[in-house]
Amino acid sequence: MAYPKNYRYSKEHEWIEVKGDLATIGITDYAQHELGDVVFAELPKPGARIETGKSFGTVESVKAVSEIYAPASGEVIEANGELHNTPEKINTDPHGAAWLIKVRLTNAAELNGLMDAAAYEAYIAEKAKETSA
Amino acid sequence: MRYLPKSPAERQEMLAAIGVKSIDELFSSIPERFRLRNALNIPGPYSEAEVIQYFKERAGENSNGYTSFLGAGIYNHLRSVVTDAIIQRGEFLTSYTPYQAEITQGTLQAIFEFQTLMCQLTGQEVANASMYDGSTATTEAVLMAERLTGRQRVLVARSVHPEYRDVLRTYAKNSGLRVEEIPFSASGTVDAKALQSALKNKDDVAAVVVQSPNFFGVIESQTPLAEAAHASSAMYVVAITEGVSLGLIRPPVEADIVAMEGQSFGLAPSYGGPFAGVIACKEKYVRQMPGRLTGQTTDSEGRRGFVLTLATREQHIRREKATSNICTNQALCALAATVHLTLLGKEGLREMAEQNLSKAEFALAELLKIPGVRRAFDAPFFNEFAVEFPRSVKILNSQLLREKIIGPLALGTPYPELTKHALVCVTETTPRAEIERFAAALKKALEQPV
Amino acid sequence: MTDRIKKAARHTNQNEGLIFEKSSPGKRAFELPPLDVPAADPAKSLGSHFRRGGVKGFPEVSEIEVIRHFTRLSTWNYAIDLGMYPLGSCTMKYNPRVNEFVARLDGIATEHPYQPQELSQGCLKILRLLEKCLLEITGMDAITLQPAAGAQGEMTGLLLIRAYLERQGNARKKVLIPDSAHGTNPATAVIAGYEVENIKSESHGQIDVEKLRELVTEDVAALMITNPSTLGIFEQRIPEIAEILHAKGALLYMDGANMNALAGVTRPGDLGVDVMHLNLHKTFSTPHGGGGPGAGPVAMKKILEPFRPVPILVEKEGGRLALEPMRPNSIGRVKAFSGNFGVLVRALAYILAYGPGVRQATEDAVLNANYIRKGLQGVFDLPYSLPSMHEVVFSDALQKKNGVNTMDIAKRLIDYGFHPYTTAFPLIVPGALMIEPTESESKEECDLFIDAMKSIAEEAATEPEIVKTAPHTTRVRRLDEVGAARKPILRWKPAIPRREAAD
Repeated sequence: MAYPKNYRYSKEHEWIEVKGDLATIGITDYAQHELGDVVFAELPKPGARIETGKSFGTVESVKAVSEIYAPASGEVIEANGELHNTPEKINTDPHGAAWLIKVRLTNAAELNGLMDAAAYEAYIAEKAKETSA
Repeated sequence: MRYLPKSPAERQEMLAAIGVKSIDELFSSIPERFRLRNALNIPGPYSEAEVIQYFKERAGENSNGYTSFLGAGIYNHLRSVVTDAIIQRGEFLTSYTPYQAEITQGTLQAIFEFQTLMCQLTGQEVANASMYDGSTATTEAVLMAERLTGRQRVLVARSVHPEYRDVLRTYAKNSGLRVEEIPFSASGTVDAKALQSALKNKDDVAAVVVQSPNFFGVIESQTPLAEAAHASSAMYVVAITEGVSLGLIRPPVEADIVAMEGQSFGLAPSYGGPFAGVIACKEKYVRQMPGRLTGQTTDSEGRRGFVLTLATREQHIRREKATSNICTNQALCALAATVHLTLLGKEGLREMAEQNLSKAEFALAELLKIPGVRRAFDAPFFNEFAVEFPRSVKILNSQLLREKIIGPLALGTPYPELTKHALVCVTETTPRAEIERFAAALKKALEQPV
Repeated sequence: MTDRIKKAARHTNQNEGLIFEKSSPGKRAFELPPLDVPAADPAKSLGSHFRRGGVKGFPEVSEIEVIRHFTRLSTWNYAIDLGMYPLGSCTMKYNPRVNEFVARLDGIATEHPYQPQELSQGCLKILRLLEKCLLEITGMDAITLQPAAGAQGEMTGLLLIRAYLERQGNARKKVLIPDSAHGTNPATAVIAGYEVENIKSESHGQIDVEKLRELVTEDVAALMITNPSTLGIFEQRIPEIAEILHAKGALLYMDGANMNALAGVTRPGDLGVDVMHLNLHKTFSTPHGGGGPGAGPVAMKKILEPFRPVPILVEKEGGRLALEPMRPNSIGRVKAFSGNFGVLVRALAYILAYGPGVRQATEDAVLNANYIRKGLQGVFDLPYSLPSMHEVVFSDALQKKNGVNTMDIAKRLIDYGFHPYTTAFPLIVPGALMIEPTESESKEECDLFIDAMKSIAEEAATEPEIVKTAPHTTRVRRLDEVGAARKPILRWKPAIPRREAAD
């Protein structure tokens, strides 16, 4: 699956799409693949504060729970309610319909620490080499 | 030794195959100075006959031949021999937790049926595969309410079983929960005014915990209590120690979480355990529910089957973030309850409950004929009721013992203000003649000069 | 294919629906004796609490249907009574039938914990003798039989440590847990109000003692270890580990899950352990029953005794036993009543049958594990080579090359007539196969198991598909766990809501 050029990516495998001071956050195709069939996503309520590098929710497969780490700080405006009934979208469309939360950013400067699509793809290629070694 | 399937020659062959000279070599990683040189100082080995003999002797030192009027969280009910025959089948008895679904469908389907029965009984939408017992289920229900509300103040009715409250306090001590008790009214029910004022203007209460029938046997009016809790966005938690009551009494549909003791469903008193606790709740709270759950699914060829599901709540996956540290359910006890309730069925459970009510009413009427005996609380009851005697319960009970009667529970220990009060329990297993003998013995005891 | 499978053959078993699907109004499986007092009028007695007509949806079936229903279900289970059940860390040993018999005796099963203690001396003597036996086996000073299971025993143990340290003036903050530990350990530490710090194992799978020395500070309340570890390896430096902890005022907690490797051979109390729990449903053979009930007594050194949960069993003059409800420093109750008494009865029956011969059981358990290790070495990868005690942990590294993992091998073992071993645990071994045969297996059964495992390894190399799609012989094939978790169906509901008089 292609990694959209206009997104930025974290080492914890979250993506963020920024429009002004608003941003949309999700997990990457690599992350959903590692996790396997997603059965549930636990997301924060609107109004909750998220903080860079801190967990804001979890995604669950049958036998694993993964924390989702905020790629940037901000206030949650909306969580993707669709995922409650159709968590499988995280597997089929992680970069699109299965976005997790929309936030109002509080510190745009934090985005500088994130990778662009090319850097992220190189990063996961390196990861894949490590695990097969 | 009869349980060990190896001859001395076979042991030698196996040691030779491993390539060691003696069994001691296999323990070489234990430092020499810590290895036991002498045989353990414990009795045995006993033959099967000696084992039976030992326990028969102990059984003879207990209460055989006495009639008991004790309840208070453990009830004597009829149990069909069918239940024991089923749960002693090796396939149920000697199987592990059903992690390998393909070869544990029997246990899994039985648990699914248990969950269904518990939902039907409690009027809730989901029930787990069982907890240790009623006391720990009640505590786990409170911890669940804490997670759901993010609050740490808990209001527990004083009419909840004293030992259940003790267990809650033990767990609360280190988790930051603040447990406060709500008194009971003159009629034995939760003091609604006291509850209102404890909830007033404060949005910090995680749970209001009420038992019904409560420790005094009294049935609570759930609706106003639930409304009071919900007005402060607190969870309304209902504990049930006597499940047979649900054959007649409206289930606590107002509750957000129900914690129930399953002992009444085919489990022997066994001096306090093992039993089966139950947690049931509204479906929307299921992901914060502790304990195992069985779910229905299909196999790769479309056949119906059952699996343990929503396991990510549990300790073996979530480790320090689990909903609870409990790994077991009480599967065999839950199976006994499932078989028992299936045998009873709709009519049997209703009839059993009606007989309990009838016998308890009869017993109360008999006791009230005795001069000086008073009914302590006037609210409706099921199979237990509190009475007040003109004398200390403990002295009366020791007189009853001489007549081979184990008298009612003295309420003075858990409730210092109730020194002359006693909790009488009568079930369908108590013959009328024994109730009459009890009343007569009590009358005689009270007629004796102090 | 079938001639490779020596232990099992296929046979017909019965289909069976849910009990609710058999229900038809008017059928009964149980009758009560007639009521011998005047019948109450529930509507009048209970008023608005009254519920008419019984519980909606409750089954209505006959006795033979109940018997057939549950008997059919039972035949869909694997069980120790059918054959080897080598689930690592679960100690699936024979559950003697006499234990079931004595637990059901009149005068044992019938007793109420609130009856006068002078009428409970038999129960209390059973508890007393079990306490004495377990103290002798563990080498500890005091014990509580109250906890309902291992996890509750763990919690009780940590609460004892906490109470003791609080008394010393500082409850401390952290509990250290090795990365090889069972997931219950960290979950329990949190409930006892402690933070968890994980310690990595050193390259042989033992606790890294040098690292431990650095980690143990005045903030550390305890180290929780499992010994033998979940790799089935004895922690050789345990006395030194205890010394390191004690020097800083911290305590050593031992998870007794693997006591089946030690009973009668060495004693945790002698090794420097301060507090431990025992899983009576493992080492002491009380039946697992499909996942419980169990019992998790906690044995401890003298310093922790004042904090034991109430009630406390004490001996009065003349040998009379009593349960004392109050102790000023007790951590309180962890469970209502007097523990899982029925389970305690079975454990004592087991111990009495062996007596000091418990040691022979331990030796046979270790013998079996080592025999299987020897038989499968080279066929499966052995990631840690230190001597095995009662269980052996292989990995699927060799089979992974053909795309076959530990779960596939486990499922294929079902076709061969065995229950699978524990898969994917301990977490420090990727693709673990954790095999614990226990002492209850004969040489013949061990040989069959070794043959089956070798045959599966062969299949994994030559025809991996047959392993990857196993099991092939069970009633149901692999079940859709993803679907079950995405759209949970957790109870039966009638297809079409039936009109009922009730409610």
